[in-house]
Amino acid sequence: MISTIQNDAKLNSLRAYINSHKEMTRNDSLLIRVLQKAQEIIGYLPPEIMNFIAQEMSIPRAQVWGVATFYHYFFLKPVGKYIISVCMGTACYLKGAEKILKAFKEKLNINIGETTDDKLFTLIEARCLGACGLAPAVSINGTIYGQLDEKKAYNIIKKYINQSK
Amino acid sequence: MNSQENITIFINGTKYQTQNGQSIMQAADHLGYSIPRLCYHPQLSVEGACRICIVEIEGMKEFQASCSYPIQDGMRIHTNTTELRQARRDILELILDNHPLDCHTCPKNGNCELQRLANILGIEERHFEGERKQYPIDDSSPAIIRNPNNCILCGRCVRVCSETQQIHAIGYAHRGFKTVVMPSYNQAFDKSVCINCGQCINICPTAAFTEKKQTDEVIRILNNKDNITIAQIAPSVRIAIGESFGIESGHNFQQELTAALKALGFDYVFDTQFGADMTIMEEAAELAERYFKGENLPLITSCCPSWVKTAEQFHPDLLPHLSSCRSPMAMLASLTKGYLAKKNHWDLTKVVNIAITPCTAKKFESSREELFLEKDIRCIDYALTTREISWIIKSSGIDLSRMKGQDFDNPMGISSGAASIVGTSGGVIEATLRTFCEKYLDSALPPLQYHESRTTKGIKEATIVINDKKINIAVANGLKSTHSLMDEIRRQKKHYDFVEIMACPGGCIGGGGQPYAASLNFFDQEKILQKRSQALYAIDSSINIHKSHENPAVQQLYKEFLGTPLSELANKLLHTQYSQKIPCGIIPKEVIYDINHSK
Amino acid sequence: MDHSVTPQYKIILCWGSSCQKLSSKSILDRIHQKIDELKMGNNVDIILSGCLGMCSKGPILIINPGYYIYGKITPEIVGEIIEKHINQNKATAAYLIEEDHLFNRFYRIFGDVKFYGRQMRIALRNCGIIDPESIDDYLSVRGYESLAKSLALFTPNQVINEIKASGLRGRGGAGFPTGYKWELTAQEKSSEKFIICNADEGDPGAFMDRNAIESDPHTIIEGMIIGAYAVGAQNGIIYTRAEYPLAIDRLHIAINQAKEHGFLGNNILGTNFSFNIEIRQGAGAFICGEETALIHSLEGKRGVPRTRPPYPATKGLFNKPTVVNNVETWANIPVIIQEGAAWFSSIGTKNSKGTKVFAVAGSVINTGLVEVPMGTTLKEIIFDICGGLPDNKTLKAVQIGGPSGGCLTKDHLDIQVDYESFAEIGTIMGSGGMIVIDNKSCMVKLARFFLEFSQSQSCGKCTPCREGTKRMLEILERITTGNGKPEDIQKLLRLGNTIKKTALCGLGKSAPNPVISTITHFRNEYEEHINEKKCATNDCSALIVYEINDACTGCSACIRICPTKAISGIKKNKHQINQNLCIKCGDCFDICAFKGITRR
Repeated sequence: MISTIQNDAKLNSLRAYINSHKEMTRNDSLLIRVLQKAQEIIGYLPPEIMNFIAQEMSIPRAQVWGVATFYHYFFLKPVGKYIISVCMGTACYLKGAEKILKAFKEKLNINIGETTDDKLFTLIEARCLGACGLAPAVSINGTIYGQLDEKKAYNIIKKYINQSK
Repeated sequence: MNSQENITIFINGTKYQTQNGQSIMQAADHLGYSIPRLCYHPQLSVEGACRICIVEIEGMKEFQASCSYPIQDGMRIHTNTTELRQARRDILELILDNHPLDCHTCPKNGNCELQRLANILGIEERHFEGERKQYPIDDSSPAIIRNPNNCILCGRCVRVCSETQQIHAIGYAHRGFKTVVMPSYNQAFDKSVCINCGQCINICPTAAFTEKKQTDEVIRILNNKDNITIAQIAPSVRIAIGESFGIESGHNFQQELTAALKALGFDYVFDTQFGADMTIMEEAAELAERYFKGENLPLITSCCPSWVKTAEQFHPDLLPHLSSCRSPMAMLASLTKGYLAKKNHWDLTKVVNIAITPCTAKKFESSREELFLEKDIRCIDYALTTREISWIIKSSGIDLSRMKGQDFDNPMGISSGAASIVGTSGGVIEATLRTFCEKYLDSALPPLQYHESRTTKGIKEATIVINDKKINIAVANGLKSTHSLMDEIRRQKKHYDFVEIMACPGGCIGGGGQPYAASLNFFDQEKILQKRSQALYAIDSSINIHKSHENPAVQQLYKEFLGTPLSELANKLLHTQYSQKIPCGIIPKEVIYDINHSK
Repeated sequence: MDHSVTPQYKIILCWGSSCQKLSSKSILDRIHQKIDELKMGNNVDIILSGCLGMCSKGPILIINPGYYIYGKITPEIVGEIIEKHINQNKATAAYLIEEDHLFNRFYRIFGDVKFYGRQMRIALRNCGIIDPESIDDYLSVRGYESLAKSLALFTPNQVINEIKASGLRGRGGAGFPTGYKWELTAQEKSSEKFIICNADEGDPGAFMDRNAIESDPHTIIEGMIIGAYAVGAQNGIIYTRAEYPLAIDRLHIAINQAKEHGFLGNNILGTNFSFNIEIRQGAGAFICGEETALIHSLEGKRGVPRTRPPYPATKGLFNKPTVVNNVETWANIPVIIQEGAAWFSSIGTKNSKGTKVFAVAGSVINTGLVEVPMGTTLKEIIFDICGGLPDNKTLKAVQIGGPSGGCLTKDHLDIQVDYESFAEIGTIMGSGGMIVIDNKSCMVKLARFFLEFSQSQSCGKCTPCREGTKRMLEILERITTGNGKPEDIQKLLRLGNTIKKTALCGLGKSAPNPVISTITHFRNEYEEHINEKKCATNDCSALIVYEINDACTGCSACIRICPTKAISGIKKNKHQINQNLCIKCGDCFDICAFKGITRR
């Protein structure tokens, strides 16, 4: 499995990142950070990448898999270019986050955790973006959009679709 | 306050003096209180997850898990208040509400801790039924079936696999209500690093892990009178099978079991110990060859299929050290098909070898192509665990303890005492050395005096001095310390000549196919293994032939058929080879960290 | 600031070595004499404090309430100061030091804003008034002075004693006394110890950590360095949420600046004390706010809690003694060292000292972060500081402590904010989420919202939380969709109590709180949902029934808009709604121009 991607530049940069901590004691404690890095480089965590990390870091595969599936941050399947993360914190909830989530679901025709067929959008829930003053809020690839209603939500999608054309 | 000191605690109002440094559960166990428990297991680290073992401590608002909470001087503990009983029942109900309602069709029916607990705690109704987990059953492994629907997430399997065995084939995945114990990437079990030792089966309170049963096929084969059915009984089966019939561990049921197998329709019942004598003959010769040449030392035993798979996955560079000898089961099987069948002009397609073993990995071993007689002809056709044969016997209406005893069939029913102790940790090395010392060093084996290894915890070492010769040996059971030991060998930190490794705690006597433990009481567990081991040594001393090379049946076989140990024919039938297997095993950093820091 | 003087006084005299040299003893004698003269012995406490850190202006005398600091006092003048202050309610301006409160600058800038003027900003004292990316700005508000003071004047033990004496309790949840926690770690013999800042914000709807880090990262770093000095730690970790990129950037900048200035790294400020801080990002697990789960996460494992004892203070990260405190707790440390334990403990209630930051949200005019002294009433926070509810809405409930907390009613408005009084009424301080709820919100649905959150964030380790919250949620789901059964309330309480008493970690134990407290205070709403299949607030959409009334003109607008073709009828005749097809979307109700549709 590994051999097919051995020469991949992305894999090399991941290897370099792991190697940069080789000398550190207890560097296996950096697993989450390495997985974050891998996701940053590859976009998600396919099994062969987790396998690679497991071997390079001497962490049993079942443990790597256990960590990758525990934390919401990690994607086990390919994701869209834009990750829409709808805040479901209390402030947003009280100001209608459910409706915003529904609007995104309907407009993109996907459920939470799914990606649109054109691989443009992935929809996820966030537990709180810490932008309570802007409730209801969503974050798209790190940019916060606040005080949303259904119409604004549609416009944002439109904006991103146009951008990617 | 140091842990040796005695302190005062109160349990349900009664005052007790007990040793400090214990958990509430340990202290209570010693004082005769058996607090209900699920995720706790005496051989494993404390998880505190199931919350069944809660107790009330005066002055504390919440209940505490007695498995993890330490006793303190003056502590007033209650184990049985109305509120506690209700809370325990609620927790158990919550477990049951997410557990299949199929006790009567479950392989663990009658041996299930959850079932027992439901009875003890008095669960009569289901109050909180709702969504229930639904996962596919994984039966890809030749030895072990994983059924996550039965799993109650106590994590004992995860701990035994990672702590006791350091294999890490399974772990928790996902979280919350969706948590599942599974191999990495949810891949099929046979694609994982699992070594089939079956300790997860022994330790599972329910039926989330069970052996892959071959009982129905075996019964079908026994009922077809065209077949020539050959049973062989491993040493550890005869001294443990009584437990399946409610008899205290440590009784030798060899004769009754032979009779029962005959009653079931087996044509021949042989003794795996005969195979063991053959293994010892070959292995002693192999040791002599390597010892005098100084090549590939230490010689490492290879009777244990779980260990062999571990070596092939985790330590492929050390495979040349493994003894090329097949296991006793495999030797006996290849001799019945490769020698006896020819001698008696049996139709090989009709000969069926069925091994009765304490081991789940033997199911895997029998499927290894390296051990086939020829292409597509297996030597071992079926490997049944002690539990499986117990069930067959029971379901056939046979009362084992009242069977009139019978002897093994000949010629492969005669064995030495040495062969009986190969079922217990240290037995293979001792039996082999008895022969090695006499045959190759012309001296009797002096009594072995083991000490704990100073460099690797959990390893027993001894040095044998005969004239000007020194033989350094090491013994490990449970794979826990094996990775460190292999690392020492790899770095040549210490010179060993002969190393014995058995994957299960205590050796084959603690195999993954042995009868389920009747109790979780933490002092019972050790005792059972002790008794089984003592029973094997008792057999050793009861047999007049003490050493394998003195077994007349063995001598006859060499004279008549094989020639000498390591002869060409012996090599073909009794030896094998190993190769690196994927997925490669990953030894966790913390183990390597321990290795580096222990020196 | 309020200049009227109230009758119960605390006179704090600096008893630090520098002030003592400047004839503090005779000052003290004079104070006693004066109090006797005034016959005020019963109304005045005289406290001798440790060094208050204003040595250049000593001897220092503080009169509380109000925190009036007098400097360069003499035995001659002290009688007059006390007489004027206590008897005539007048401060003697010539000796008053106003410049030097660490937290005063905030008020000079924002004090006339009503929202801020009524608060007391200690943890958030620099938020908004300094450039968080400039260490010079932080230094200009006496930043790192507390560190310098600790290293120069205090032994580690003295720092711990100071924190103990201040009465500071952990601001993350249960309120364990910070000084005692430090002491436990300090007493451990270990060559390696850790300091952790828990910035994995707890409640959904609480964002004080983000605010504090983004606005004033150096305060947290300084607090951690002082803590490390006190307990003998070499390494510190700030565990923060990956969702806060700006906070992470600013922390990186601040750590680098602190290193350049010799506040971090080897031989801090020329001493033989060395300490480093690294930042680690979480990966989206609420449970990692629990300290043992957080530690597992830092070890690169699944973030599941473990049983305690042993506590992290003795066996924490990599099994080494570890102090874990949250952002707000760390932010209080420099101020306590600077202003003294006596000052800090003069703020607050008997058992809860200092201030608390709340994130106020929901149906309230001014939402945002509010820092108030412990002991402030909910009424003051909601109505005086946050301006009450908008559009004349009526207050129905206040939810405190997020998914771990409980709901209070308007009957609780006079409750003083502190750990004990909250615990008594079934909620917790938590990290300080405060949601104001008006009577348009359904309490059953709100309880379901919080439980849904807790259930989805359960780590899955212990049975009561993993299975129990799921079953409670299923019951709440059926109640809010009209399928509730009469025994459901009893089941919720039974499960809730079992989970509370038996779950492994604090988060599991507190998960049922929102449900139990709403049942306690709003049982009638549950009963209405179950027995009458009705939600008075129309918040539970599944319980809404739309019907066509006699005002219907038969215009067919509703027929055209209905997405499920649930409405039928002949033009110009009254239409009908097929309740089996209706999905309660409300589109017909919205489009009808004749009020021909009733919602109930």
